[in-house]
Amino acid sequence: MRHILSILVENEAGALSRVAGLFSARGYNIESLTVAPTEDETMSRMTIVTTGSDEVVEQITKQLNKLVDVVKVVDLSEGRHIERELMLVKVRASGKDREEMKRTADIFRGRIIDVTDKSYTIELTGTTDKLDAFLEALDKGAILETVRTGVSGIGRGEWVLKA
Amino acid sequence: MELKLPPLAETGETLTGAEIAIRCLQEEGVEYVFGYPGGAVLFIYDAIFNQKKVKHILVRHEQGALHAADGYARATGRPGVALVTSGPGVTNAVTGIATAYMDSIPLVVITGQVPTRAIGEDAFQECDTVGITRPCVKHNFLVKDVNELAITIKKAFHIATTGRPGPVLVDIPKDVSQQSARFHYPDKVHLRSYAPVAKGHSGQIKKAMQLLLEAKRPMIYVGGGAVLGEASHEVTELVRLLDFPCTNTLMGLGSFPASDKRFVGMLGMHGTVEANMAMQNCDVLLAVGARFDDRVIGNPAHFAAGSASRKIVHIDVDPSSISKRVRVDVPIVGHVKDVLTELLALLKAAKEKPDAAALAAWWDQIGAWRAKDCLKYDRASKIIKPQFVIEKLWEITKGGAYVTSDVGQHQMWAAQFYRFDKPRRWINSGGLGTMGVGLPYAMGVKLAFPKADVACVTGEASIQMCIQELSTCKQYHLPVKVLNLNNRYMGMVRQWQEFFHGNRYSESYMDALPDFVKLAEAYGHVGMRIEKPADVEGAIREAFALKDRLVFLDIITDQTENVFPMVPGGKGMSEMILAEDL
Ligand SMILES: Cc1ncc(C[n+]2csc(CCOP(=O)(O)OP(=O)(O)O)c2C)c(N)n1
Ligand SMILES: [Mg+2]
Repeated sequence: MRHILSILVENEAGALSRVAGLFSARGYNIESLTVAPTEDETMSRMTIVTTGSDEVVEQITKQLNKLVDVVKVVDLSEGRHIERELMLVKVRASGKDREEMKRTADIFRGRIIDVTDKSYTIELTGTTDKLDAFLEALDKGAILETVRTGVSGIGRGEWVLKA
Repeated sequence: MELKLPPLAETGETLTGAEIAIRCLQEEGVEYVFGYPGGAVLFIYDAIFNQKKVKHILVRHEQGALHAADGYARATGRPGVALVTSGPGVTNAVTGIATAYMDSIPLVVITGQVPTRAIGEDAFQECDTVGITRPCVKHNFLVKDVNELAITIKKAFHIATTGRPGPVLVDIPKDVSQQSARFHYPDKVHLRSYAPVAKGHSGQIKKAMQLLLEAKRPMIYVGGGAVLGEASHEVTELVRLLDFPCTNTLMGLGSFPASDKRFVGMLGMHGTVEANMAMQNCDVLLAVGARFDDRVIGNPAHFAAGSASRKIVHIDVDPSSISKRVRVDVPIVGHVKDVLTELLALLKAAKEKPDAAALAAWWDQIGAWRAKDCLKYDRASKIIKPQFVIEKLWEITKGGAYVTSDVGQHQMWAAQFYRFDKPRRWINSGGLGTMGVGLPYAMGVKLAFPKADVACVTGEASIQMCIQELSTCKQYHLPVKVLNLNNRYMGMVRQWQEFFHGNRYSESYMDALPDFVKLAEAYGHVGMRIEKPADVEGAIREAFALKDRLVFLDIITDQTENVFPMVPGGKGMSEMILAEDL
């Protein structure tokens, strides 16, 4: 099962390596990991997408909570939540494919943010699923380069994650 | 980390970082620092030189410093403190840090680091101490600002000694130890990201009580957490109140008196038949400060299948120990002492009593397992049997000694045959299984309890891993007694090779052994070789009678002896090999 963990950590040098080290030392999966400071600059927020049985994810949560730099851990996938990922894709866009490429981007609500006469760079946000679907919709040979941020997640409604 | 600082004392003296470090240790009431100097800690050694309160014990290898501090902590319950230099000082210390980490022993380790401006430049004796030790410490810090030093050391002691204890490392760059700051040592620290649970959930404790009262085949399984949590008094009261069988893990020995008839011995890979069978067949299991690890329950699937209706109550201070390898029915996170106190109060107030008839039948069954006499060995042997040596050691020290051990067969025999009645008397590396701990452990214990009998039960292979500490023992007059069960083999390795590798004794024979008697003498101690069973008792008596001398007994034991029972790796608890099976 796929889980999205939201983690508040102290904004300390080394906090990221403690979290990442925990996953590698105990053989847990990381599908993606994002991290940046929060509105409170003493803390950073991480979103980690991981897969594992319920038992494994329970252990991951407990082990994360044990790290001294970790302030709070929630499994967003346990409740209603929103997840978004940003992707930048550089695609071949020349000749008759150029129009088609723009149309596909439009359908996925992508924005073309850089242009040359042979290429487009498209910005797309959405769930991991949607980004995957966009890539599948493209002709494989057209994709020159992709870069994705990994998932960021937040709970729905008025509930907030705080220290 | 956010913390609420008490108002700074206006009068705080200005001290150097090095002085601050030592003053912090004084404030913490640290008696001994085990260490070894080097370039990056020279200012700190200066600060040590200028005071008398904290005594420094100069070891002969940084590994010895960590193990000695660890032994001190295991015996006293107070944090052990070690001090080493950067680079090789740290890498030598890593084995000792990892050993303490695996057994949740509180240590504060102070390490020197190259000056802050040189960090990352591959400076002389630089290593990424925080990176290297990160996976084997509870937490670590690099202090880059001298103004943060005192509060960081305070945090280190706080984290090391609370919740599930463990080693905490503070890395101090040389320039930080040289710079000055106002010294103020706070009484308290608050860390918003670190708040170990103390009180167990009352509803869960009630459920536990109910299960215990309904049990027909109960079992109480107590691990090192009960020793670390100072709960042996409560454990003992509980077991006696309920009249249930009790087993201890290797790390839990002494938390329940081995001389009590309800004690069914140690469990696990080399546990007794009665302990392992009772674990496998019980219907209600109370686990206290234990973690169902591979050396204890073997194969978890086999364990789970053993008794389909078995209900498990698990008390532990660390939530991540619960339901890690075995699903439990009633998890209770909290200090084992407090939880047991609450549980005891409930049980005493309860009207129901355990089912006496069922319990009597269960005790009969346990009696039948006991009758196997699984620890029997050949008492008429003309060659010294290692088990016999431990029995004599127990007899002569009246069961009251501190016994440290190394790792191997001798360790298991010491655990099986020295019947510990008190906690913190059995000092060994259970989790990491580190050969070489025995002698430095004994040093730490002897410094803590100079009047107590301290015996180090070791093997001819293990003792050579930290033999240099015989010199430290000379310098500080530490008259511990070393019992070297010399079987000329890495016996435990040989045993596995005999059982599982077709008698191919690949590299397990200890060739070219030193003359241990002469070696002990060369270090300024007393050495004796014992080759006949009839001489064992006299030699041990003589060793303990020589109160102020370290005595090294080189005891030539049976090379072919094996540790029984044995649950082979990956097998279930009831799949034991017994001596009579072979
Ligand atoms: C540092 C370290 N290296 C290797 C091992 C693996 N090992 C476990 S027991 C053992 C043999 C110990 O021999 P000895 O000290 O003579 O004890 P005996 O088993 O003969 O009683 C070895 C090599 C270990 N536990 N620790
Ligand atoms: Mg040996």
